[in-house]
Amino acid sequence: MKKSVFFGALAATTLVAGLAGAATLDDVKARGELLCGSNTGLTGFGAPDASGNWAGFDVDLCRAVAAAVLGDANKVKFVPTTGETRFTALQSGEVDLLVRNSTWTSSRDSELALDFVAVNYYDGQGFMVKKDLGVSSAKELDGATVCIQTGTTTELNLADFFKQNNISYQPVTVSDDSEAQRQYLAGACDAYTTDASGLAASRATMPDAENHVILPEIISKEPLGPVVRHGDNNWGDVVRWTYYALLIAEEKGVTSANVEEVLASTTDEEVKRLLGASGDMGAKFGLDNDAFKRSIAAVGNYGEIFSRNIGEGTTINLARGLNALWTQGGLQYAPPFR
Amino acid sequence: MAQGFTRTEILPALPPPITERGAVKWMRENLFSTPLNIVLTVLGALFVYWIVASSLPWWLNSVWNAESLSQCREIVQAKAGEGATGACWASIRVWWGAFLFGFYPPAEWWRPILAFGLLFAALAPVLYAGQRGNLTLVLGVVAAFLLVTLYLSQAPTSAFVMVVVLVAGLIALAQVLPGKLLWFTLVYPALCFWLLWGGSIWSPIVAMAGFAVLYAVFRLTSPLIGLAPAAGAGIVAAALWWLYLDVPLLSALHSMLPLEIRSINSDQFGGFLLATVIGVTGISFSLPIGILLALGRQSDMLIVKTLSVGFIEFVRGVPLITLLFTASLLLQYFLPPGTNFDIILRVIILVTFFAAAYLAEVIRGGLAALPRGQYEAADALGLDYWRAQRLIILPQALKVSIPAIVSTFIGLFKDTTLVSFVGLMDPLRGVTTILRADINWKGIYWEPYIFVGAIFFLICFGMSRYSMYLERKLKTDHR
Repeated sequence: MKKSVFFGALAATTLVAGLAGAATLDDVKARGELLCGSNTGLTGFGAPDASGNWAGFDVDLCRAVAAAVLGDANKVKFVPTTGETRFTALQSGEVDLLVRNSTWTSSRDSELALDFVAVNYYDGQGFMVKKDLGVSSAKELDGATVCIQTGTTTELNLADFFKQNNISYQPVTVSDDSEAQRQYLAGACDAYTTDASGLAASRATMPDAENHVILPEIISKEPLGPVVRHGDNNWGDVVRWTYYALLIAEEKGVTSANVEEVLASTTDEEVKRLLGASGDMGAKFGLDNDAFKRSIAAVGNYGEIFSRNIGEGTTINLARGLNALWTQGGLQYAPPFR
Repeated sequence: MAQGFTRTEILPALPPPITERGAVKWMRENLFSTPLNIVLTVLGALFVYWIVASSLPWWLNSVWNAESLSQCREIVQAKAGEGATGACWASIRVWWGAFLFGFYPPAEWWRPILAFGLLFAALAPVLYAGQRGNLTLVLGVVAAFLLVTLYLSQAPTSAFVMVVVLVAGLIALAQVLPGKLLWFTLVYPALCFWLLWGGSIWSPIVAMAGFAVLYAVFRLTSPLIGLAPAAGAGIVAAALWWLYLDVPLLSALHSMLPLEIRSINSDQFGGFLLATVIGVTGISFSLPIGILLALGRQSDMLIVKTLSVGFIEFVRGVPLITLLFTASLLLQYFLPPGTNFDIILRVIILVTFFAAAYLAEVIRGGLAALPRGQYEAADALGLDYWRAQRLIILPQALKVSIPAIVSTFIGLFKDTTLVSFVGLMDPLRGVTTILRADINWKGIYWEPYIFVGAIFFLICFGMSRYSMYLERKLKTDHR
């Protein structure tokens, strides 16, 4: 009896929360500001600088959505969320959209009533070891001590990997990336494991980067992407196609610098539709017809965002790898814009 | 021929033997008195030497000017040779603004500075009630502090004029009627709110007018219907004022005389500004609430007692983190869709409740320490309940509880760092995480912790010293 009352109350609150998020697009337009759930600070992906201006790979996607919906890439309020609060913040309506390098998993999709609308970064868990350890493959790490962040999926992946390969390890648990780096450099562990992008960022800032190698094995799939509330399909479509617009722009060679020029000169019908010069594709999403053009003009295409924040030439220096366009052997593939 | 020797003058006194005086005696008595102590002393000295030897080079090689951590490292290598380590305080230098103010716009930094200076002006009448000399001293220090820091933060001229007029007025008042300075303390919360969050000057004034309404209704009706119903009527009137009259009156006044400063969003607060706002508000509101709860718990009225006990036990039984998560996430579910209840305000309310529940138990301890005779004496004098509490019971109970109250305050202030778990930018974890996410400073570890720890220590140590001063001042027994 008591229990049913409790669940009734819970269902009622969920319903209220559902109602709150029923028309996120209208809410955002009425508010004139996009509330974007972001990281409390992750190098290259999302962090404010000393004067509070947010920048990063995930941050730029938020800006693109704001440019599409509101016409101004700066009309975003970034709400820092921690690993514990991120999904609840989205469910409760505290944020409209969560772009916070969150891994798309089946339980998050089903149980948490969230929708992952795209994958903006294909990541995977890797290992970093000191060069003088003489290890060239993760399978040679038998008996090694491994620094691992607690309470993450990486911890489970690590256990699975070592079990499958029938080798043993000793975990050294740490609470966050900076502590892991500290322990690893101090010699408390032989190997450090986390997402490959995080490893690259850590290695890039070490005093003796050349003495550390990232092993070739990637032991898990970590598709990271933007998340919206379940049940608001129109809003999900807006976010998804804003992201795809950035991909198509790269595919077609449209950049933030040449977007006006291309608009004036192009003969490609898909590009014309994308930039709002023909058809009413933007209007079908409930946006302005040139919404996606504004996104591209504001933050550039996917390739530009990548190379500006985390790509080769930045300190983090990540290769495109799986995140290259499908035409270049990667996984980034946008459905046709028609 | 032997001749008897007779000393005719007194010899000058010899100094005591070397082992019985000065440093040697002290060491013999305190460090090397027994074999066990000798061993412990040697081990202790070795430990201290080890700490100093391993960390001193790091401190000595400190770098203050650099653009990034790698540059810091290069400077250290160039100065102290290959493999040397050094502290990189340049990171704190670059992120100094974020540590102090979060992302509060630099052009408006004078506002939190002014609010911080005036905080002491507002605290002084409470801390040094009626002591003209101390009050003048504090106000003078506040004025000097404000003039220097405002100049450094390039405040506009109007801010200087405001400071000079305000502080000069307060000093003058302190000379004539030091007791009346408490009025400034009462007005200060509204002033502070306006300075920090900005917006129309009328919004704090109209909101404070609600309290004036409460008091007026209470005074007018209490002779007619008694104290408790009058307090209820006052609260109802004030609530009506805030709900229905506040907004229209505000817009009317604002359209007549639009005086406003730039309004600042809560998400731009951070660093020590955030810690101080939460800490000071929590401390100043939790004490009165705690006293009321402690009295409520001792009350004979069933409902008051049950509510107080329930509140205290519930809040004390739940970890602060849970309350913070409630503030940040759960409340949003229960509020009507579209309400935007400020996150800092939510956190402040729950932190205040948390501290109030602990304080209530501390004060109850003080109440329990009073001999029964004090209560009976108050009754025998014919004092009513509130007068007895105010004049006889509470002054003694609070005096007994000072160390524990200040401990609670210090704990509360340090607990403000926990707000980082709900995504607020506290100095210890919030700003430090962001600093480390900056690619230029990724990999920095000790420096932000040491910096933040040092400032927290200064503040908490100050509170502790003040409480010791207060204990000495209020000491009336002859133990």
